[in-house]
Amino acid sequence: MDVVDNKLTSKDFVSDQEVRWCPGCGDYSILKQVQTVLPDLGRPKEEFVFISGIGCSSRFPYYMDTYGMHSIHGRAAAIATGLKASRPELSVWMVTGDGDSMSIGGNHFIHMLRRNIDLNVLLFNNQIYGLTKGQYSPTSEKGKVTKSSPYGSVDYSFNPVALSLGADATFVARTMDRDPKHQQAMIRRAYEHTGTSLVEIYQNCSVFNDGAFEVFTEKGTKKLETLFMEHGKPLVFGENNDKGIKLDGFKPVIVNLSEVSANDLWIHDEYDLVKATLLSRFYDDPEVEGHFPRPFGVFYVNPDKASYDHLFNDQINHIKELKGTPNLDKLIAGNETWVVN
Amino acid sequence: MNQIIEKELESVVIRFAGDSGDGMQLTGTQFTNAAALFGNDLATFPDFPAEIRAPQGTLAGVSGFQIHFGSTAIHTPGDQCDVLVAMNVAALKANIRHLKTGGVIIANSDGFDAKNMRLANVPENQNPLTDGSLAKYDLKTIDVTKITRSALADSGLGVKEIDRCKNMFVLGLIYWMYNRSMDSSINFIKDKFRKKEAVMNANLKVLQAGWNYGETTEMFANRFKVAPAKMAPGVYRSVMGNEAAALGLVAASQQCGLPLFYGTYPITPASDILHELSKYKHFDVKTFQAEDEIAGICSAIGAAFGGNLAITGSSGPGIALKTEAIGLATMLELPLVVVNIQRAGPSTGMPTKTEQADLLQSYYGRNGECPVVIVAAQSPADCFEMAFEACRIALNHMIPVFFLSDGYIANGAEPWRFPKQADLPKIPVSFASERKADEPKFMPYERNEKLGRPWAIPGTKGLEHRIGGIEKQNITGNISYDPVNHEQMVHLRQEKVDLVANYIPEQTIDSGPEQGDLLMLGWGGTYGALKTAAGMLQREGYSVAHAHVRYLSPFPKNLGELLSKYKTVVVPELNNGQLVKIIRDKYYVDAIPYNKIQGQPFMANEVVAKIKEILA
Repeated sequence: MDVVDNKLTSKDFVSDQEVRWCPGCGDYSILKQVQTVLPDLGRPKEEFVFISGIGCSSRFPYYMDTYGMHSIHGRAAAIATGLKASRPELSVWMVTGDGDSMSIGGNHFIHMLRRNIDLNVLLFNNQIYGLTKGQYSPTSEKGKVTKSSPYGSVDYSFNPVALSLGADATFVARTMDRDPKHQQAMIRRAYEHTGTSLVEIYQNCSVFNDGAFEVFTEKGTKKLETLFMEHGKPLVFGENNDKGIKLDGFKPVIVNLSEVSANDLWIHDEYDLVKATLLSRFYDDPEVEGHFPRPFGVFYVNPDKASYDHLFNDQINHIKELKGTPNLDKLIAGNETWVVN
Repeated sequence: MNQIIEKELESVVIRFAGDSGDGMQLTGTQFTNAAALFGNDLATFPDFPAEIRAPQGTLAGVSGFQIHFGSTAIHTPGDQCDVLVAMNVAALKANIRHLKTGGVIIANSDGFDAKNMRLANVPENQNPLTDGSLAKYDLKTIDVTKITRSALADSGLGVKEIDRCKNMFVLGLIYWMYNRSMDSSINFIKDKFRKKEAVMNANLKVLQAGWNYGETTEMFANRFKVAPAKMAPGVYRSVMGNEAAALGLVAASQQCGLPLFYGTYPITPASDILHELSKYKHFDVKTFQAEDEIAGICSAIGAAFGGNLAITGSSGPGIALKTEAIGLATMLELPLVVVNIQRAGPSTGMPTKTEQADLLQSYYGRNGECPVVIVAAQSPADCFEMAFEACRIALNHMIPVFFLSDGYIANGAEPWRFPKQADLPKIPVSFASERKADEPKFMPYERNEKLGRPWAIPGTKGLEHRIGGIEKQNITGNISYDPVNHEQMVHLRQEKVDLVANYIPEQTIDSGPEQGDLLMLGWGGTYGALKTAAGMLQREGYSVAHAHVRYLSPFPKNLGELLSKYKTVVVPELNNGQLVKIIRDKYYVDAIPYNKIQGQPFMANEVVAKIKEILA
């Protein structure tokens, strides 16, 4: 990696294009956090590439003064995979939404995770189709009334974190547009991980799904409804950090810290896939009594699994070493030739 | 020993037919290699079912391999065969129509038992081997299974393994009939089974048993000699179309100095290109087997953005899935080669059968105004040159290029006087170079004399830019909904394709007069049949010429003028009339369509008959 002589600032990552998201859109915050984190990564600007699909979130690359491609619906994962496999030295980022990745691009999404190609994926989840003006998405809650579901949607929703863990993701985190500091931390962690890093970002669509994540983001309810996970620390939440999660065998239970010692709580372990899977299922409707708080932070990380781009190029290099300098004339001639005089 | 008369023949057509598990493709390929090494000109036609092991003994399960070899120029696998090898009654039933009257049938009698008769729907109490129905042919009945089993009685192999050697008996016998050295097959067997000595020895033994059978029995009164062909001096090899295409792509990658990235998804009959390329990693060839067709092309687009020679490959159904991404590549103005090994359609169609019905798909099969460059190979060996050309044009013009081939030439083989690397043109490629902060801003859609834009790859300082599928403002590449700009960009993208005509060879007449009564205008894999038909017509004194188009979009600049030199233009195609539509539209020529849509190639004789009918 080259050393950057003149330290970059967030301004260096702002393109000359006018940002055209709706006023109040959560996307602004995500753009700002990315532009804040990138200059600190100690990497030349020309090595960053942002690839997106289609949707509001996918306009993102236009606003970044990096290399970028705004591609077609759902296919960013495949394009980014081709780029990263062929140019592993680049830092390739994928920006996508819940329609782009959970619906039309679902196949590419799971195969990207299965391969564990070294991409940083920012999944803007607003639980709605914004660009097409307000239809329910695969992450919209069942019963959602939208333009295409006037009587309420009968679709069950996808849980992107659980889906990702099921597809053998090696880095899965969740954050929210309204918490810049946490977002920055997650973006940085995603960058630092080698392999596919999935960051689900709860992002408010102020026009078609305003307040979808209010209970998690607003002061009055945030402390009670969210669970911020930190590696090695007990799972604590609540108005005055007075509640915690305890594991009763494989069954998580909510306890009051007035009754249970913090030492007996579930200690978050990012490297534990089984526990991450349990946490990913903390996905209750906040309206339901006795529901679990929604977890934020890093669910799971597996730093030991080699990335696809590494394996892909390693194999090529190995074959090159084994076979030596290629000889095109020999290749074209094949095994058997004859001469006509 | 009996008296065997040796006869000299100009050319011979043999059709090997059996159950799809009988190893007929291997037998045919082995004989092909031997004929090629001997110096015969040849053409082959594998004709097999899509199922790997179709129901045994049935008509649907018959697999055939036809080879036409000779001492004269050979351009087709032959309309009818001189020898039909039938390993069972289904193979006989399915292929007897291909045999000339008086032709030789070599029938494996074990494949004509009651069970096989029932599976092939032969009425009870009928047996073609004994009921006289084959009287007009020269029938040789041999119990290949029994002979093979007794030859290998002491081999220690099981019956299943022993029966798998049957095809070697037939191969040995045919080698004897045509006086061929068995060395190439002996070497092949030794290499293939080097880790299974018992199987190796069994195959060698049965191969020899087949030869000996011809030598010692009195069944065969004649043995034949087919002298080497008088071909242009040089070094030759035998090559199949998909092999040649893969080599052409690798050669282009070497000549442009860029790594080759092949993003694809397995599909018949294109998969062999993936199989070939995946062996060539030491040539900086990267093969990516994607999760689907769309990911195949999209990964290639990503690699093209990154500065690779990017290629995707498929057949019709897969190309249909790639459609949107081809549109993206057109908007991005990145070099991309799209390989389409056509098969009979629509939908799944007939995967192992040939057709040329994707020309209009290549031309028009996308949303919006989305022109691309299209080239097509005309023979197995020509796949090398046209695959190379597709890469050259894509790289030089920063444009997506279709390379069309079809199942017939993809799996067919012919002798190839292959080029040396030193004879191949270099493909110069230069990436946009880095810029300092005080230099003018980089314009990603600035254009050169070919209307190509700069190829600015990620990692280059100062060239950070964004591209995408939304309409671009010319020069700056910024998003633009400006009405006039859109119209200008549509025109520019078309003009960019049209300009390629300045960088391709002019159309030539393959054979026949430069002006005259009739021109057969063909494209793609029909070349051999049309060339043979044209020769036959010309020898009979007809004023008939044959031209074969390899550059289909844009056409060579002189094509219109060339067409005007003939009273009648006929466009023979294995589709329902596609090139003919474009020709009529573009040149306002009253061209006559001549179409065959049976999943089978043209036969020279039927083309001759049709042309005579048109001229009458």
